[in-house]
Amino acid sequence: MWNSLSIVLIMIGMVFFIAGTLGLLRFPDVYTRLHALTKADNVGLGFLVAGLMLQADSLTTALLLLLIWVLVMLAGAGAGQLVAQAALQRQHPVAKSQDDGRGHD
Amino acid sequence: MGAAMTEAGLFLLDLLLVLTLLCLAWWSLAATDLFKGIVLFIAFGLVLALAWVRLDAPDVALAEAAIGAGLTGALLLTTLSKLASSIDNPPAKRSSPVLLWVLLVMLAAVLGYAIMSLPQQAQGLADTVASQMGNSGVEHPVTAVLLNFRGYDTLLEMAVLLLALIAAWSLAPRAATSCEMDEALTVSPIVLALFRMLIPLMILVAAYLLWVGAHAPGGAFQAGSVLAAAGVLALLCGKRLEGRLAGWPLRLGLVLGTAMFVAVAAAVMVGGAHLLQYPLASAGKLILLIEAAATFSIGLTLAMLFSGQRPSRGPAS
Repeated sequence: MWNSLSIVLIMIGMVFFIAGTLGLLRFPDVYTRLHALTKADNVGLGFLVAGLMLQADSLTTALLLLLIWVLVMLAGAGAGQLVAQAALQRQHPVAKSQDDGRGHD
Repeated sequence: MGAAMTEAGLFLLDLLLVLTLLCLAWWSLAATDLFKGIVLFIAFGLVLALAWVRLDAPDVALAEAAIGAGLTGALLLTTLSKLASSIDNPPAKRSSPVLLWVLLVMLAAVLGYAIMSLPQQAQGLADTVASQMGNSGVEHPVTAVLLNFRGYDTLLEMAVLLLALIAAWSLAPRAATSCEMDEALTVSPIVLALFRMLIPLMILVAAYLLWVGAHAPGGAFQAGSVLAAAGVLALLCGKRLEGRLAGWPLRLGLVLGTAMFVAVAAAVMVGGAHLLQYPLASAGKLILLIEAAATFSIGLTLAMLFSGQRPSRGPAS
């Protein structure tokens, strides 16, 4: 029972990671790519950690896993903001929506 | 059935790790954009740390992730930011490809020979270390080797780190006065918030790694590099050493690790023992003392290497 729940949670986490990777590769500009990346980091890792916590032998291990998730979220949020800020300062272009792009370019 | 599947899965994982490492190493070397090369190098270090975990060497994995990928990456990036104005990447001159291939094949042959001539089932020194653990004063074999059985090597490593900083300081100009620095630096409030949240945690982790080194993976170099990472974060937030600390207190902190090591190594000789031959009863305490001093100095030295400049002794900002 716990095992299957754990598998399901980890699978959901993996879906987020795959979607995040696809987004990182396919999205048109820095800002949307960041969105894809941080989403995978935060939510995907959250599901992974939740799945792994069910497998942990002790409460300590489970709490350590939780701490890892919190720290990665902190670092991810910080780094994401920094990259976006740097991109803004260097005036990286914001991709227009596709209809717009066809109309003007 | 289950065991076989796990085996196959792990084999696939190892294969993936090896291929990723080779690709990352190649891309990092071949990148014409230096920034890209450095980022790939950091990624390479992180995957290498995973490979060490797969080889059952968590100590090396920790050191690789913290020093190899983390701090070396930070050092390379800060160097690049200082190079950017003076160098505009001239295209590398290609030497003859024939010569290149001959050299490559020779290197591969020598390395291949070295690997092939290794014994299939090496005894290694693991048994010797295990049989002597009782004499080491600690419970973790890696720490026993690094700080006791081969303490001399670690002592020299500490000295090398100190020499590296002296070399860097003698090449770099003195730091600008604090007023100039403040103008150039605008720190994002997000970094400052991260700084406030992470610094206490990093110091705690460093202390934990130092303490746990006696019986589990951890130790002075890993703890020191976490401390150094805290220092790097502080430098990025525009924190500078106060002028009155930048003189001899800083220098004392930098040599503390090496000095403590040498002092303990020599002090045990008073009792008639050899250099670095700790008395059994106090070996554990002496090792902790050396490692605590070493952690502090390693952290300070690496952070100073990152800043790359001798801090000025001028009035504090």
